[in-house]
Amino acid sequence: MKSESNLEKILEAGHFAFTGELGPPRGANAEHVREKAKPLIGNVDMVNITDNQTAMVRMASWAAALIAIEEGLEPNYQMVCRDRNRLAMQADILGAYALGIKNMLCLSGDHQKFGDHPTAKGVFDIDSMQLVNMVKTMRDEGKFLGGANIDVPPKLFIGAAANPFAEPFEWRVHRLAKKVAAGADFIQTQCVFNMKKMREWIKRAVDMGLTEKTYILAGVTPMKSVGMAKYMASKVPGMDVPDEIIKRLQGAEKGKVADLGIEIACEQIQEFKEMKGVAGVHLMAIEWEHKVPEIAERAKVLPRPVV
Amino acid sequence: MIVAERKPFEEIKELVKEYKKVLVAGCGTCVAVCLTGGEKEVDILKTELDMARRMEDNPVELRGHTIERQCDREYLEAFDSMVGDFDAILSMACGAGIQFLAERFPQIPVLPAVNTTFIGVNQGIGWYEERCRSCSNCVLGDTGGICPVTMCAKGLYNGPCGGTNKGNCEISNDQPCAWFMIYERLEKQGRLDCITRFTPAQNWENQVPRTLIQPGYKKPEKQ
Repeated sequence: MKSESNLEKILEAGHFAFTGELGPPRGANAEHVREKAKPLIGNVDMVNITDNQTAMVRMASWAAALIAIEEGLEPNYQMVCRDRNRLAMQADILGAYALGIKNMLCLSGDHQKFGDHPTAKGVFDIDSMQLVNMVKTMRDEGKFLGGANIDVPPKLFIGAAANPFAEPFEWRVHRLAKKVAAGADFIQTQCVFNMKKMREWIKRAVDMGLTEKTYILAGVTPMKSVGMAKYMASKVPGMDVPDEIIKRLQGAEKGKVADLGIEIACEQIQEFKEMKGVAGVHLMAIEWEHKVPEIAERAKVLPRPVV
Repeated sequence: MIVAERKPFEEIKELVKEYKKVLVAGCGTCVAVCLTGGEKEVDILKTELDMARRMEDNPVELRGHTIERQCDREYLEAFDSMVGDFDAILSMACGAGIQFLAERFPQIPVLPAVNTTFIGVNQGIGWYEERCRSCSNCVLGDTGGICPVTMCAKGLYNGPCGGTNKGNCEISNDQPCAWFMIYERLEKQGRLDCITRFTPAQNWENQVPRTLIQPGYKKPEKQ
């Protein structure tokens, strides 16, 4: 084992992983984090704690992660390259591990232009690939990026993101290969709606032997409404929402759109369980944490394995 | 070339409001080419200031003078005999020129009339685009001649990120994704191996004021 992560144990044991997500609040409201954590307990193997997502200031990811630990969840500490340089990153990584965080997800981060501080200076001292490699070097070689030795290296399970849908499609699997070579132990994908493209991307990853070297968790987001589907289709960069999904949601009975959204997500999860190269699902129920128990139940991923 | 943009007139007016004799110093190189701070623009600014100050009943004595380059001592010398007559200099050169002028005449306030914007190219008359951030570590050889530091909004060395939007950057549909272009160009050249390799963290060299001394030359001894 590379780390003491529960997710790593579950994946190593060959179980189909099921992870969730929790967005920290826009304030110091610890109770809010505890409320959001409750429906996730026992229903997911690990929960991603987002880091100033959409470039909006929120409670620090590591702090919300510690609250999640207190509530009995295993957090996946997300870190973006937008907000801190290599000194701050390494310091936060050490602090996070020292306080019990065992997984982290290395991301570039949405551009600051999208958020509530659009004129902030984006740091991007290193990129997400270099962050992955830095955490691996810290863990496996016990060295900082600058080369000095670390007294007690952080034994973290290292995650990275992949977007199979953003152009150029041909390059995406090669970029995945680069991330794996850089040190990504697991990958969580962008929300999948275009299953056809996903199948093709995964097939290529399998053919290149990448799924032997890393665990790929497919991103699933249940649509709450037709409006949400349309918004994601047209306004969220790098998102691929086929028209069929929108049409299917539009065809739902009045008051049943959200239910159909969950049904579609469950169909996807069912297919992922059988898809070669997919080691699990990462459920991003955006501001819908309370629906996770129902989704987990309907997707037949319960009970979660104890290893 | 270095591209600059004239500051809003109100800001310039505010900068010089206390001064009665102002020398408007133009620069005949980069800022003249990008239609911001050459001889013609010096004349325009002078006229605007003159009119505005007259209307406010606070006239100002103005003189305009444009030299070949404000970043070069050889040309700055032309101001030596002039500056004694003025209580401020309004420079229309880039940030380097303005500072060099201020360094030469430390007794006189030297004020900027332009915002230095970027190192860029001339796409058409009056149309300029940024191309270089002078990072001191050029990787264009591996990236198909497209700079990831300048042209990628996140300055990624191992792009593209997941925000690529049909070949455009997540920040705007008018901004092509640098890494999409890098991929396309290298693919056509059969050189995708250049970006298959992991590029390690950059050693940033532009975090301190930089000095360059060409081989065979040296700094004069301090007196």
